[in-house]
Amino acid sequence: MSARRTAGGGRIDRTRSVRFHFDGKAYTGFAGDTLASALLACGLTLLGRSFKYHRPRGLVSAGFDEPNALVTILRGDVREANIPATMIEIHDGLVAESQNRFPSLDYDLGAINQLAGPLFSAGFYYKTFMGPAIGPLKGTRLWMLCEPFIRRAAGLGRAGYATDRVRYERMNAFCDVLVVGAGPAGLMAAKTAAAKGARVILAETDPVLGGSANWSNETIDGEDASQWAARTAEALAETDNVRLLPRTTVWGYYDGNTLAALERVADHKRVPENGEPRHRHWTIRARHVVLATGALERPIVFPGNDRPGVMLASAAARYAGEFGVLPGARVAIFTNNDSAYAAARALQRQGAAISAIIDTRPNVSETAAGLANEADAEVLTAHAVVATKGGRSLSGLLARTFDYQTGRFGEAVREIQADCLVVSGGWSPVIHLASQAGTAPIWDDALQAFLPPEPTQKWTGAGAFLGHFSTAEALADGHAAGQAAAGGAKARKPALPKVESLPVDPTPAPVYEVASPDGKGGKAFVDFQNDVTADDVRLAHREGFLSVEHLKRYTTLGMATDQGKTSNIPGLAIMAEARGISIPEAGTTRFRPPFTPVSLGALAAERYGELKPDRLSPMHDWHVENGATMYSAGLWYRPQIYGKAGETVEQAYVREAAAVRRSVGIVDVSTLGKIAVQGPDAAAFLDRVYTNMFSTLPVGKARYGLMLREDGLALDDGTTWRLGENDFLMTTTTANAGNVMQHLEYFLDIVWPDLKVTLTSVTDEWAGAAVAGPKSRDVLAACVSGTALDNETLPFMGIVHGEIAGVAVMICRLSFSGERAYEVYCRAGFGRHVWETLIEAGKPFDIVPYGLEALGALRIEKGHVTGAEIDGRTTARDLYLDWMLSKKKPFIGSMMMDREGLVSEERARLVGLVSLDNQPLGGGAHIVEHNDPHAIRDSIGHVTAVCYSPALGKYIALALVRRGKARHGSRAYISDPLRRRFGPVEIVSHHFFDPEGSRMHG
Amino acid sequence: MAEYSALSLLKHAWSGNRDWRPAWRKPEPKPSYDVVIVGGGGHGLATAHYLAKEHGITNVAVLEKGWLGSGNIGRNTTIVRSNYLLGESIRFYDFSVKLWEDLAQDLNYNVMFSQRGVLNLAHSPGQADDFIRRGNAMRHDGGDAVWLNRDAIARKVPGLDLSGSARFPVVGGLLQPRAGTARHDAVAWGFARAADRRGVDIIENCEVTGFVRDGERITGVTTTRGEIAAKKVAVAVAGSTGRVMKLAGIERLPIESHVLQAFVSEALKPFVDTVVTFGGGHLYMSQSDKGGLVFGGNLDGYNSYAQRGNLPVVEEVMSEMVALFPGLARVRLLRSWGGVMDMSMDGSPIITTGPLPGMYLNTGWCYGGFKATPASGWCFAWTIAKDEPHPLNAPFTLDRFQRGILTDEKGQGATPQLH
Amino acid sequence: MLINCPYCGPRDLSEFTYRGDANRTRPADTSTDQAAWNAYVYERVNTAGDHPEYWQHSGGCRSHILVMRSTLTHEIASVSLARGQKKASARRQQKKRPARRRQEDRT
Repeated sequence: MSARRTAGGGRIDRTRSVRFHFDGKAYTGFAGDTLASALLACGLTLLGRSFKYHRPRGLVSAGFDEPNALVTILRGDVREANIPATMIEIHDGLVAESQNRFPSLDYDLGAINQLAGPLFSAGFYYKTFMGPAIGPLKGTRLWMLCEPFIRRAAGLGRAGYATDRVRYERMNAFCDVLVVGAGPAGLMAAKTAAAKGARVILAETDPVLGGSANWSNETIDGEDASQWAARTAEALAETDNVRLLPRTTVWGYYDGNTLAALERVADHKRVPENGEPRHRHWTIRARHVVLATGALERPIVFPGNDRPGVMLASAAARYAGEFGVLPGARVAIFTNNDSAYAAARALQRQGAAISAIIDTRPNVSETAAGLANEADAEVLTAHAVVATKGGRSLSGLLARTFDYQTGRFGEAVREIQADCLVVSGGWSPVIHLASQAGTAPIWDDALQAFLPPEPTQKWTGAGAFLGHFSTAEALADGHAAGQAAAGGAKARKPALPKVESLPVDPTPAPVYEVASPDGKGGKAFVDFQNDVTADDVRLAHREGFLSVEHLKRYTTLGMATDQGKTSNIPGLAIMAEARGISIPEAGTTRFRPPFTPVSLGALAAERYGELKPDRLSPMHDWHVENGATMYSAGLWYRPQIYGKAGETVEQAYVREAAAVRRSVGIVDVSTLGKIAVQGPDAAAFLDRVYTNMFSTLPVGKARYGLMLREDGLALDDGTTWRLGENDFLMTTTTANAGNVMQHLEYFLDIVWPDLKVTLTSVTDEWAGAAVAGPKSRDVLAACVSGTALDNETLPFMGIVHGEIAGVAVMICRLSFSGERAYEVYCRAGFGRHVWETLIEAGKPFDIVPYGLEALGALRIEKGHVTGAEIDGRTTARDLYLDWMLSKKKPFIGSMMMDREGLVSEERARLVGLVSLDNQPLGGGAHIVEHNDPHAIRDSIGHVTAVCYSPALGKYIALALVRRGKARHGSRAYISDPLRRRFGPVEIVSHHFFDPEGSRMHG
Repeated sequence: MAEYSALSLLKHAWSGNRDWRPAWRKPEPKPSYDVVIVGGGGHGLATAHYLAKEHGITNVAVLEKGWLGSGNIGRNTTIVRSNYLLGESIRFYDFSVKLWEDLAQDLNYNVMFSQRGVLNLAHSPGQADDFIRRGNAMRHDGGDAVWLNRDAIARKVPGLDLSGSARFPVVGGLLQPRAGTARHDAVAWGFARAADRRGVDIIENCEVTGFVRDGERITGVTTTRGEIAAKKVAVAVAGSTGRVMKLAGIERLPIESHVLQAFVSEALKPFVDTVVTFGGGHLYMSQSDKGGLVFGGNLDGYNSYAQRGNLPVVEEVMSEMVALFPGLARVRLLRSWGGVMDMSMDGSPIITTGPLPGMYLNTGWCYGGFKATPASGWCFAWTIAKDEPHPLNAPFTLDRFQRGILTDEKGQGATPQLH
Repeated sequence: MLINCPYCGPRDLSEFTYRGDANRTRPADTSTDQAAWNAYVYERVNTAGDHPEYWQHSGGCRSHILVMRSTLTHEIASVSLARGQKKASARRQQKKRPARRRQEDRT
């Protein structure tokens, strides 16, 4: 191909040259060029290597359907692979490299695969690599031995591991009318809908609006079509109720007329502007959608059709008309329809010589003949291309007489010189989005194309999308669709712009493939990127892979990055012919999102790097400032330990826990779930949701409660405080707060709507600190005013209100640690103030802040359960909480908790373990009756929580062990092969420390 | 039909690949069979294969309403593993992994089972303990599991965000080395061809429209291709279970159909060579032999028979992908699709005789059906042949729910969308 | 998917939490009919077609709503507040109407 710039025209700015790099070499193009057009203008024809055979490949298209010219864009060490060169706008500093070749695009060792072409036919991998039945390569091992080599050969571009530092952004939009595609139909639809006052969004993949108007050489309303498009776009841009989204591809049509679009905001710039994202992910909720997505030209399958220099006729016309690049000096045309004649004339006018027009049809229309005449081109009717010549670029072709109805060839063969062969096999409307929101597409025999299906959502089509290929029809459709989408009365006679265009009829002869007459001429490719040939399709047929889906999956046809945009219909046609049925009988695949590939970063948008929100306690900063090691618990961050220099985690928590038992400690309990349960029926409601009674709870007291699920298993536990006759404050475990809230709301809304109760999540309203230890009352006494704190006023489970340093507090005397302890709550905003006051008041008693590890150690010593034990598989009985199951009333789960499997004696139940070798135990370790690290089997349970108990001076654990209590006093073994820890333990009661509770009551 | 081998490939290549025969016949249905299997997906085809191979029952038809393997066998993320928590699950799925290891020879079809390992990343000490509990459980039931620290993970999975500043920092990971991936379509085709070679009739485009009954007993099916009598009728239709069982008058089952999306990126040179799951959310990802990253996340979360997903889950899954591998922000999503999952009430399957005489039911695979394919077929064949379950599938009864003998891996109770 | 919350108007799917099949009948709290409880907890009609189901507008007003949605197409036929659905069927019709009018006003 000897491509060159045309004398003038196109949307490139010839006054602004742009320097970029491709495969390490510097090139120059013009502003407005794509990488494809710029490289083409520089005379490069070889732009890629195919997936399987590593065949040399050039440009086929000028748009998103490009299968061959995929490149990787480099920005420092950040790589962006598999981008069609046709979709990259060049800018100064652009660095791109070719892919899937070693060592270079010109000399690719992978091309050796071509030699074994017949072996690598469809299904190759399924039929071999089955290893022997015995020996070192038995089973799947032979395959696994070969797989790494296959993997290295496969794949296209290489992704990088470097973090992409740019920003991605998500945007929500609402509109009355979303117009997809800004060709003449889309522009007209947007204009019409906007004029009726509708809020319009017009999205266009290309950077410049206008679609075919930019290269059609037609005239609209007396001016060049591209000027009409530019003027119309400009007017729309100035309309308040219109938002134009160039460089935006609508890729998904989801339920509820929700569409997803990707805007490439800054890919065409060296760096994004300040604050600008690279990509913007749009979620557009449209009342109505106008699909004006146009049509794609199809290639014809013929031997040697993948030689660089063979491209679609419309692509050639686009390069010439839109980018001012003539793809060849001597251009041959191969077509089954009239549309390529217009391309021939356009190319000729831009300076190419048309060496021949090879038309499969025996006769051509007068229009076509006239165009050929104008283009000074010889027309070979009833001919087909049967071979191409040249090495890595086209030098010529063989055309042979051909009867498309019988598929027979004549004897006459002509050799034609050409450095570019442009092909037109007819047009396929771009119905992908419609297919995502419609029934099955409808075959049109005249157009030899699938037309859009019946909508299942609210959209209207316009223009080539409907198979209406002329610009006049597109404008009329666009007007009508804009009207309909905006709603309201129809204008009587729309004044549509006048179009002067060539009356070419794109109705094709049904020619999809020209099979080689003599087995020569080279492979005929259907899917260029995945190297699927017409013979592969026939092989699939021979082996019974008849359905379209089998064909795709067996041959990989249509599975490449272009998703079969150019190959689906030809592949289907070849299969239909092999089966002796029509194309629609052979079926069509349903198109699924995305329409074109979408960057993962854009879809992650703001969540990129910030996956989930952080939930921080009001005292978070204090913890950090005071040396706490924070770790995440769900979305929360909580202090693990407040380590001192040189301390291990164990030393730290043992110190903290011991301080609690000895004197006093303070722990942040703000993260506990808190739900206000209020209303005249609040007590009755709690009786139904808790297994135990709450209606008997006096005002000013708290009670420990247990909830079950409907299926009778334990859901959550916590204390609930009666603040008033109709006013309860429920606490839940931190992790379960959301679940419990939803659980309660469900029952109130759906099961017991007659109960007068309101629920409010107040987790974030309150800051909470638990002050625990023998000196806890002294600490409180030193800073609390407005209430007495003696046993009389504030007994165990009692609640009082008071003040700390000017802040109202609510104090409940309850204990998770087993010590005398008080939970002090205040409004969240005063949390740190109250916390610091408590710390200050505790100083004379050596108060120690303690973290989750110490909290855990204290609760393990007491045998209190948490989420590790209430894990969704345990019952109240498993946890020896059956004393909480009221027999006086039904409650959620009460009828399901006694099923045979849930009351079996064999179930795993809660016990304590004491390490007998004075070595630590590990959470998640299993327990066995017989110690044999070489025969790991017969687990009888597992460890749920572990600690070193400062009170007992031993390593202890809670565990769920089969038959539970019945094993108290017996010997067992820890079996933890993952951490290689084995050792003896004694199974004991889970109430390790102060089982009578004298310390917390005292 | 000829064996597939490297030699046969060469021979055929020499003759221009013109003499290949169909991988399985396209027979007309016979008026009656010993066993009719409803559902030509992975489990139905595997059942046919093992009925013929293990029990000598070859007068079998597999009826598929569309094209073979058009259900979840062709729509999954191809992961094979047995890294379960509860003994019932571990034993069943580990048996499946063992069958996978020899499946290519057994079927004379390369299903490309690649034991590249499945790595579950843990992101908090509590989650690490949970995973270790599971790994230890596997080890106590004969499975393989190892615990990897962050350094080992860094070596095994380059590109992973192992920084302490990650929103959910990695603290360790549970690796099952014998787990991996397989080529999903090949599994359907391989089982079909192997069953066909033993005489099983595989009948595509044959939709069951009703059941033939003699009193309570099921004695056959009516189909779009005529009535077919059968001594035994086995149903293995995954997400369509509700619809098919209603034809037999079974109105209610412990099953809900939910849609699950799966995703694949454009093909890339080798990026990750193990299966990685993210414990900070719900994500599993691997790379196919062709180079596409194959990944998925949670169910869309509502009852659906439509094979179409919705956008919020897409966004969630993509954000988890780039949270795990920040380098993937510029990799592009190529395809997404939806499959209909038969979600059971405890997240575990049902392989059982009944619920009517003459009928056998295989369902409830949730979104773990692919890995189970060989074991499911093997156990279902046993159950059909012997009219009682094999010990491996004995726990997976239909009456376990009313009896409260549940295998609830996730501990979510009767909320199918959370399993 | 957009769900038309009777309080808040049409809102994106991501604001809602699915709360399951509304075909089920919960036995009375005091019922001791074990079979009925088992059926309520574990058995599902699993309708292919119009499916009554509960959703919670968990990212909004937090009310539970009764949605009639096709499980074949995801198309939503109706939305009403779940509270009050337990009333007799004759009254249910009347109760629904105001909610529906409210939606229309908002769309």
